[in-house]
This record gives sequence, C-alpha cells and structure tokens, in this order.
Amino acid sequence: MARGTAALGQGLEPPLKKGRLEAANIIVQFQSDTGDTVGPQLDLPHDATPAQLETLLNGLLQQKEKLPYSFFIEEQPLADDLGVHLHKHKVSVEAALRIVYQLQAVFRVRPVSRCTASLAGHTDAVLAVGFSPDGRHLASGSGDTTARLWDLATQTPLHTCKGHSGWVLCVAWSPDAAILATGGMDSSLWLWDPRTGRALGTCKGHTKWVTSVAWEPAHVALPCRRLASGSKDSTVRVWDAQTRRCLFSMGSHTKAVSAVRWAGDGHIISAARDCAIFVWDAQDGHLVRSLKGHGHWVNTLALSAEFALRTGAFDHTGAAPAEPAAAQAQALQRYEAALGGRPERLASGSDDFTMFLWEPSTSDKPLARMTGHLQLINQVQFSPDGRWVVSASFDKAVKLWDGLRGTFIATLRGHVGPVYQVAWSADSRLLVSASKDSTLKVWDVATRKLKLELPGHADEVFTVDWSPDGASVASGSKDRLLRLWRQ
Amino acid sequence: MPQGEHIELHRKRHGYRLDYHEKKRKKEARGVHKRSAFAQKAIGLQAKLYSKKRHAEKATMKKTIAMHQQRDNKHKAEDGAPQSAVPAYLLEREQVDRAKVLSNTVKQKRKQKAGKWEVPLPKVRPVAEEEMFKVLHSGKRKKKQWKRMVTKVTFVGPSFTRKPPKYERFIRPTGLRMNKAHVTHPELKCTFCLDILGVKKNPNGASYTQLGVITKGTIIEVNVSELGLVTPGGKVVWGKYAQCTNNPENDGVINAVLLV
Repeated sequence: MARGTAALGQGLEPPLKKGRLEAANIIVQFQSDTGDTVGPQLDLPHDATPAQLETLLNGLLQQKEKLPYSFFIEEQPLADDLGVHLHKHKVSVEAALRIVYQLQAVFRVRPVSRCTASLAGHTDAVLAVGFSPDGRHLASGSGDTTARLWDLATQTPLHTCKGHSGWVLCVAWSPDAAILATGGMDSSLWLWDPRTGRALGTCKGHTKWVTSVAWEPAHVALPCRRLASGSKDSTVRVWDAQTRRCLFSMGSHTKAVSAVRWAGDGHIISAARDCAIFVWDAQDGHLVRSLKGHGHWVNTLALSAEFALRTGAFDHTGAAPAEPAAAQAQALQRYEAALGGRPERLASGSDDFTMFLWEPSTSDKPLARMTGHLQLINQVQFSPDGRWVVSASFDKAVKLWDGLRGTFIATLRGHVGPVYQVAWSADSRLLVSASKDSTLKVWDVATRKLKLELPGHADEVFTVDWSPDGASVASGSKDRLLRLWRQ
Repeated sequence: MPQGEHIELHRKRHGYRLDYHEKKRKKEARGVHKRSAFAQKAIGLQAKLYSKKRHAEKATMKKTIAMHQQRDNKHKAEDGAPQSAVPAYLLEREQVDRAKVLSNTVKQKRKQKAGKWEVPLPKVRPVAEEEMFKVLHSGKRKKKQWKRMVTKVTFVGPSFTRKPPKYERFIRPTGLRMNKAHVTHPELKCTFCLDILGVKKNPNGASYTQLGVITKGTIIEVNVSELGLVTPGGKVVWGKYAQCTNNPENDGVINAVLLV
C-alpha cells in the first residue's frame, strides 16, 4: 500500500497504477485550523468524498447535530474525492496526510440573482447604503443632502431625513439598531431615529467633511452611546449620542482621516492619508500604538470581528434578547466566537497597492504584507467568520486572501472597471462586488469563480451592502437609484 | 524727428477739440470694416503676415476674455470639490469627472431609436465626381483615361492589399490617408485622438463608403476603448460612430463629433 500511494503522490507512473490505486488507502489525520489534531490517524479509502469526511469528523468531534465543514489539504480546498484531489495536486502521502477542517456557517445564504426593486427617490447619486444590524431596515445617504430610510418588506420609501446641508457621505447604524448616524460634506454628524425618521440631534465640531463613522460595540456598552468619527480636518472625534457632545478628540494625524473602526477590545483605530494607522484607547483617547508601514494614503481598514461588532446581539435571523443585560452577554459571546481565541486582526489597504495584516492589540509590527494588486486598494473586508480577507482594487480585480496568515488565495477577475466596494454574505460563502462598470458581481468563495452577474444600474455603482440576515443586497449608484437584489 | 510734443502741449493748454471723442469713437467703429477690407484685399506675403498677426491678436484677446470670465465665475469654497456627488473614497482623487455616456433607461433608448439617423450635420454639400476624382492618364501615349485618383482624405484599413498597379482603378494617395481622428465628446466637451476603425457611411454615395473616403459629414467608426465606456451589461464599448465635422482634405486632420 505504501508503494502504491507513494507512486500516486509523486505521479511516477500514474496510468499503470490505476487499478492498484483504487484499492489503496490513505492515512489521514484531521486537524483544526489552529493546529490541534482531532482523533487518531485514520486509514481512509481512496474514494472518500468530502461529505463522508464531514460525517466522520462530526462523529470524531461527537457533535450532537451534523455541522458543515470544509476541508483543506496543504491549503487547497478539497472539492472532489480524496484520491482525485491528491492526484490532481500531486500531494505526497508518504507521511500521514493532514486534513485541515474549518467549521462553516450552519445557515446558508442563497445567492442574490435578480433585482426586485429599484428604489427611486434620491435626486442625486447614492453615496452610502447600510442595512441595520437586525437586517430589517435600510438606510441610504445621497448627494442630494438627504438620508432615506426604506421599508424592506414592501420595498418602498419610509422616511426622508432632511438636515444635512451637504452630501451625506457615510451612514452607520448603532449595533442595537436604535440610532442611525450620518456624516456629511457639511462637516456635521446627524443622529436619526430609524423608527420615526426624526432627527435626534447633530454633532458639530469637525471643520471639514466627515469621512467615516464607527459605533462603540454592543458588548462594551448597551444601549450604544458613543461613536467615533473621522474627518478631512485630520481629527478623530468621539461623541456621546445622548448629549451630542464631543467627549474627546484625537488629532495626531496630519492629513485627512479616511477610516475609523471601533475594535471590540477597547481600541479605536484610525487610518489617514498621512500613511499612518493609529490605535487609540477608547476610554480617554490616548495613543496606544502607531502602525507604520504604508508608503501612501491608507484608504481602508477592516477588523476580523467586524461583522460581529456590526450586528451586536443580533444573530443571523435578526433576533436578539430584549433586555439589555442578556443582549450584551449575547453580543459578547458572538464577539468571542468571531475572534475564535485569537487577538483581533486588522487589515489595511492603501494607495501604495499593498495591504497589511496587523494585530493592533499586541504589536505594532505587521503579521503580513499582502502584495499583488496593480492599482490602489479601495476597500478591504474580512469575512464574517474572519477566515478570509477580500480586497477591492482599482485594477479591476478582487483578490481573496487568507485572513489568518495573509497569504494570497485567488484573484477574482471579471469587472471591466475599477472595483469600488465589496460585501460579504453572512455565511462567508459568497461575496458581492460593486464596480465603476455599472455592474454588481456575486462570487463564490469555495470555487473562487464568478457566480452571478447583476447588471441593471445605468452608472457607476458607488456602494453595496449585504444584509446581515443574508436575504438581500442593496446597491447605490450614480444613476440616483437604490437597487435591491434578492434570491 | 518730432519737433516737440506740440499736440500734448496744446491739449494741456486748451483741452481736447470738442469733437475729439466723437471722432475717435467713429474711427474705432470704422476700424473693423477697414481691417476687414484690407484683409480681403491683401494677397501674397502681405496677406500671410497680416493674417498671422491678426491670429496672434485674436488668440490673446480670447485668452483675456476667458480670464475675465473666470474671475466673474462663481467658485465653490471647497478646494477641488467635484460638481457631482461622489463618495468619500473618491474625494480629492484625480479623475475625470465625466458624464455618463450610455444611458440605458427605456425612454432614452426609444429616443435613440427614433433619431437613429439624426446626426449633428444633417445636410452636406454634395461633392461632384470631378471634384472627388482626378483623372489619370495612363498607357504608353498617355491616352487611356480609366484611372482615377481620389483627391479627398481616405481611410485604408490595415488589412488592405493593393491590386497589381495595372488593374488598380482607384488610387488613394498615401499622403491623404489618415487613421486617427480628433473626436469630440459632446457631453464631456473634450476631445480625444482616437483610431479610426472604418468608414460607415459617406453621404455622397455607397461607392465612396467602400473606398473609405472621408469628407465632411461622413460617419466613421472610432475606437473608444480608452475612454472606458461600458454598456449597461458591464462590457467595455470599443467601437462608436462619429461624424466628421470638417473638410479633412483642407485641414490635414479629421475632426469629428461622437454620436451618443
């Protein structure tokens, strides 16, 4: 048997050995993605399918209900029978074959395939869209200085939030879905009640436009009170949503702040066009760490647990405990599940065509530098399970990277214009990208291929978001329409 | 040599003549006509020098006018903010703020279909055959007259192979062959130098279209791939029609306007 498998692995005389190979068994060792081995070494037949491996692993792990797993051999996903895969990738089986398993989401998001509604109403380009953490509301900000709230059930306009005197550049939902914050070209921050569409108040203090808004995570404080905003005036300000006062402002950046994130471990992270990324303490705003490495503007930041931070206590069905203490506990549990026992990771994309992977809570040295793009990187997103990083670049490509080590996985080509934004489905199996070429494209992560093409917009698609419950995708375009895409 | 500034002196003492300003105004008003009369009459080197001088004058005049207009224009307080709304990640990025070329709303499409043959220059001056072709005399005694030379600009595709000279009825002189056009985008109000892909229609006749003759009003197909236009389906557009707006044989360049 050993001889037979060796020949298979190194491909010495594959056609001759075919008859013997079919009888050959392979010694296999299951391993989790953190490196822990599970169960003994197993002697598996050569034609074991991934589904059979899944059943076997569920038995080894003594799961009560069957959970979906994906399998990797030397970082290649196992798609077909074990023997076929080994033959195709020329994997040696001299030693016990290590099969790394990863838990998949127990639910499945169906790919969106058609445009169910094009929501007219905005009188200028739609610049930002955002689903609420529970997936029941949708907000959009536009160049016509209004933010609008939409009814997802009937796909009709719900409220128009008038107040800004400049374009609405960013929208951000609080993780308890109680407040919507919008930042605008008029350098003010408005807070809205999503149920009535009324303004709760404004936060004034920035002197230039607001580029990014981030809320304090729900597991730290519930109901959410504090939010951070980054602005062109190169400051990051932290506001109290109840009193609308600026609690403190951080001003070490020397150029426009491009992205702000509120990490779950009590840090605020900001990136700016002065090539620096600063990690601040969220309590009093002192500088904890500065992450240096980029050679040009830093455009975007992404946290590995960002999906959990965004959705707070709401699970994939949009349900959350009613009382704050239980909701906070659930938010914490979801956050810790998203971290998976590791410190929080941060990905940053820049105008120097590279990305960095950091661990901002422990070190100011990058874990990895991700090179490969030929143009600036406009957006980086961690998958909801934190295993993948996807980057949208102006070189018309979307690239998929390993979220743990920062190694390159695949390039997703298909767009004919710069890719502006990407969004993940809640189960981390699909992603959607929005491009200047007026289309959206849905990609399958398992096959690394284009799943669906969604034409329909008449102009550049500026923004896209996938609802946390996975039911719909919303995209905003320069053609003033907001489109909803569903299965 | 001036014998002293006696006119200035007189003006200082007695002021201007009573009709001075009126005469000056009239002279200025007449000046245009005088200049025009001279320009029309002048020939040869004199005309060349004059028109060159006048051209320079006009250029400076236009520049000053434009400068004054700019001063009057209202400027936004924001530094370099584009006119149409863009998301935060595109702010202050160097990029052409170009209007959308292809709109796919049904209404627009219908409009396009209705005005399919609506072009910027609907009527063109018919070009007679004598003007289009010059008769070439061939044969040993130069008495055969079946060869024609095209006297207009032509586009000859890259795959064109000559017939043997003996059987070549139409000669398209290499000096008048062009493969680039200066194409103006009517919405963007900017001009690009684009490759010509082919001649789609010469309004003077199908035979001219076949020969690739480009005269004023001819519809040509140009390569717009570098403009980055996309169809509603998300594919890159690379060929679009444009109409020639000048007389290329006189100007030495092809100016055209894109049909959108």
